Amino acid sequence: MKRLRALILRLCGMFFKNRREQEIADEIESHLQLHIEDNLRAGMTLEQARREALLKLGGLEQTKQNYRERGTVPAFEALSHDVRFALRQLRKRPGFAFTAVLVLALGIGASTAIFSAVNPILFRPLPYPQARRIMMVWESRRGGAPFDAAFATFQGLSERTRSFESLAVMKPWQPAMIANREPQRIEGQQVSSAYFRTLGITPALGRDFTAADDLYRGPKVVILSDGLWRTLFAADPAIIGRQITLDDNSYTVLGVMPRGFENVLAPGAQIWAPLQYNPALPLDGREWGHHLLMIGRLRAGVSREQAQNESTAILQQLGQIYAQGYNNSGGPSSYALVYRLQDDLTRSVRPVLLAILGAVVLVLLMACVNVTNLLLARGAQRRAEFAMRAALGANRRRLLQQLLTESLMLAAIAGLIGIVLANGGVRLLVALSPADLPRLDAIRVDNGVLLFALTITTLVGLVVGLVPALQASHNDPQSGLQQVSRTSTHHQQRTRRVLVVAEVAIALMLLVSAGLLLRSIRRLFAIPPGFDPSHLLTMQVQEYGRAADNDAASARFFEQALQAVRDVPGVESAAFTSQLPLSGEDEGNSLQFESYPSEKAIGAFRYEVSPGYSETMRIPLIRGRLLNQHDDAKAPGAVLISETLAKRLFPNGDAIGQRVHMGPDLGRVDAPWHTVVGVVGDVKQWSLALNEGEAFYVTPTQWAWVDSTQSLVVRTHGDPAALAPVIRAAIWSINKDEVIVRVTTMESLVAASEAQRHFALVLFEAFALVGLILAATGIYGVLSGSVTERTREIGVRAALGASPANILHLILLQGMTLAGIGVAIGLLGAIAASRALLTLLFGISPLDPLTYAGVIAVLAAVAAIACWIPARRAAQVNPAITLRAE
Amino acid sequence: MGDKTDVWQGTLALMVLKTLETMGPLHGYGIARRIEQTSGHLLSLNYGTLYPALLRLEQEGFIASEWGTSDNNRKAKFYKLTRAGRKQLEKEARGWEQAAAIVGRFLAPGGERA
Repeated sequence: MKRLRALILRLCGMFFKNRREQEIADEIESHLQLHIEDNLRAGMTLEQARREALLKLGGLEQTKQNYRERGTVPAFEALSHDVRFALRQLRKRPGFAFTAVLVLALGIGASTAIFSAVNPILFRPLPYPQARRIMMVWESRRGGAPFDAAFATFQGLSERTRSFESLAVMKPWQPAMIANREPQRIEGQQVSSAYFRTLGITPALGRDFTAADDLYRGPKVVILSDGLWRTLFAADPAIIGRQITLDDNSYTVLGVMPRGFENVLAPGAQIWAPLQYNPALPLDGREWGHHLLMIGRLRAGVSREQAQNESTAILQQLGQIYAQGYNNSGGPSSYALVYRLQDDLTRSVRPVLLAILGAVVLVLLMACVNVTNLLLARGAQRRAEFAMRAALGANRRRLLQQLLTESLMLAAIAGLIGIVLANGGVRLLVALSPADLPRLDAIRVDNGVLLFALTITTLVGLVVGLVPALQASHNDPQSGLQQVSRTSTHHQQRTRRVLVVAEVAIALMLLVSAGLLLRSIRRLFAIPPGFDPSHLLTMQVQEYGRAADNDAASARFFEQALQAVRDVPGVESAAFTSQLPLSGEDEGNSLQFESYPSEKAIGAFRYEVSPGYSETMRIPLIRGRLLNQHDDAKAPGAVLISETLAKRLFPNGDAIGQRVHMGPDLGRVDAPWHTVVGVVGDVKQWSLALNEGEAFYVTPTQWAWVDSTQSLVVRTHGDPAALAPVIRAAIWSINKDEVIVRVTTMESLVAASEAQRHFALVLFEAFALVGLILAATGIYGVLSGSVTERTREIGVRAALGASPANILHLILLQGMTLAGIGVAIGLLGAIAASRALLTLLFGISPLDPLTYAGVIAVLAAVAAIACWIPARRAAQVNPAITLRAE
Repeated sequence: MGDKTDVWQGTLALMVLKTLETMGPLHGYGIARRIEQTSGHLLSLNYGTLYPALLRLEQEGFIASEWGTSDNNRKAKFYKLTRAGRKQLEKEARGWEQAAAIVGRFLAPGGERA
């Protein structure tokens, strides 16, 4: 305790230096005076008296120094002295300080920003209690991909499982609501009653769903998100128990979720209602459809594998019990796949994020190498200073401490700027990020990120400082003091060359990665999507609140709206479709052709389109005719199929005229047949990278129902985006309550469909550019330093008859050799790096020769420029002047 | 000066505390003189070493200081014992007496066998 008290007082002592100094002086002075007076009284002369007093004291300055040291903490004193000295040194060389700080700040800022994006997604646990026990449960058939769960599976599993403490299923729900007099679509979820319990979160206000809420045809109740409660209901605590109107139905508010609740399974969801499926599992019900996401919370001590094995056994059992029900939706599942929720959510983005993290580490490494190089060069210039200090008695430890303080100061300033940069960078990242990046809201500069920044700043400070400090501190003071010539030691030169080689190698790795990604994206966007995306405006129209069975009203509305849109000046043509290519929608349905046995149903993308859709999209007609306005409810059913589907089923080219049952008509003997009237080109629905071209097109009047959410496509004469407000107004002129969302051009939809690759590309391009600049400045720095140090040698060469061309050649060769070695090493690194990028590449080999050749050419050109400037300076050295200067 | 003993660290603090207890508030010079006198001039004290020791005692809270005026009207810094200092003095004095007694027994003729 008393030690601590003393230490605190001593630390405080450092801050009131002047006052303390004065007190010490006063006290010692008064001591001396008292002593002298005594001595005088004892009969000494004044001279003797003073001398005796000083002797007895033990020296004035030593006493003061001892006194002073007890007053403060000497080690800290030295440190604060070093810090001030370091700052002075930096201020003396603003160019050097600016460059070093800027380079480090960029490195620290970039890696901090990337870390803040990667941390919540890949490393930090999900924001739920015991999040590692929350699992995603999928169904699967032998060797197949996981697919969504059916309600029957969920119910059977819930009744039988011993591995899960609770299970829940959910599906998206977008109720419409009139808020502020405008129709709004609210993102939400329909969930089984244990949803929030499985996540481990309870409402902040009101109560959670219970089993009694999730009954077939049960009460209409909802739980609100904190955000919705605040924006639409002014955070009114009396909301609980109140009625709100959604889709023309009245719902009772049960609860409000806590403010910080992060719903990772549907980040946009603002409202939740119970699922209310039929536990009696009627054979023709949606209870057999595979369209629900299932999550479960493991019991303590149960492993993922155990849960998966047990669930698989239960699923196989259910398959036998409910064979008939499952056969209505493609047969029973044979496996349950149980994945940790976090792994499941991040699986698709993990390769991108890891690749970006890797790239930013390389950038940081380059920044460090660059600054190390700068510090080495500085060290060479300051050799005389270090030698002087060593000669005056500074030991090696003291010199090391001082130099490391300097590099840590550099890093600290850079770290501060880096954090500011990271703050901006994070915002940029979020703006750039692909839509499917999970936990977007959790990406920010928080304490964890600051800690990370602090750690790398310290590491960077030590790393960049250590080599130069060791080199500077073990110089022999004598040779340093003499400073006959300004050649640095061979040792130092070698270190700097090694660093330049490292820089070139890293730059090559970054450039090759960026090049491969760039070529992949080029390849992807060169793939025709199957339609012409230019001059196309799209928007989704979601019908508000009409009862589901009122198909006639829906159809009338869409028809009138289409007519209104076609009348807008500047519109060439327009059509509605139930799903839009490359928009993220993917709805399939089944087809069963007359000429194929009835158990051979085929799944294909279903497009319910208004006549004129193919013309508006410019989807080419291969054979037959397109759909037209005569294909209505009264006419015989007509259907278009895609080329791939036609080729696979009817390889002899006899697709036209084939008869087919579709969707709900499947297996109904009495249902009327539709006839294939035309074959159209394939369209990319999921992604440009995937060939999933099997599709069919049918008009709404000839399909079993009218989709209440449809996408409008408009081909315009001029800029499509400019027409958006007029077209929206045209739709609202028919019915002002319609919800219109996702207004965008087809071209941006196509671009957004490759958002992940694009995201990676943008970042890699930025990193590669930074890498290139750093490598160039590195080569330039080393060579120009070397030219300065070799001025005398070059002068002698010139005096002895070397022509400027000879000297130019000499220096160029020196620089290009370094670049060459760097390229050779970098190639090996790039080959390894490209393997890591494999999942992001498309249509090219990771060893794509064109990319490698191009990158080497660019790097060589940049290196040549960086060498040429110092080489030319060397060639212009005037031998007479240099030799005289010596 | 060969027969004079150097003051070793640790004992100086005890002497300072004891001096302040007997003498009341006193300035540095006074403390130094008093210690020399009490030791019967057997101790050789570099007066300069006294000040860091005083500062340390003050930092530890055993003594407090205050500027005042000496007998002959000179400005000086006076030190006085605090309550904590009094306790510390008792503790250290007891410790010393014990140690001295033990060592004394060893050195007494035939002490080891007793």
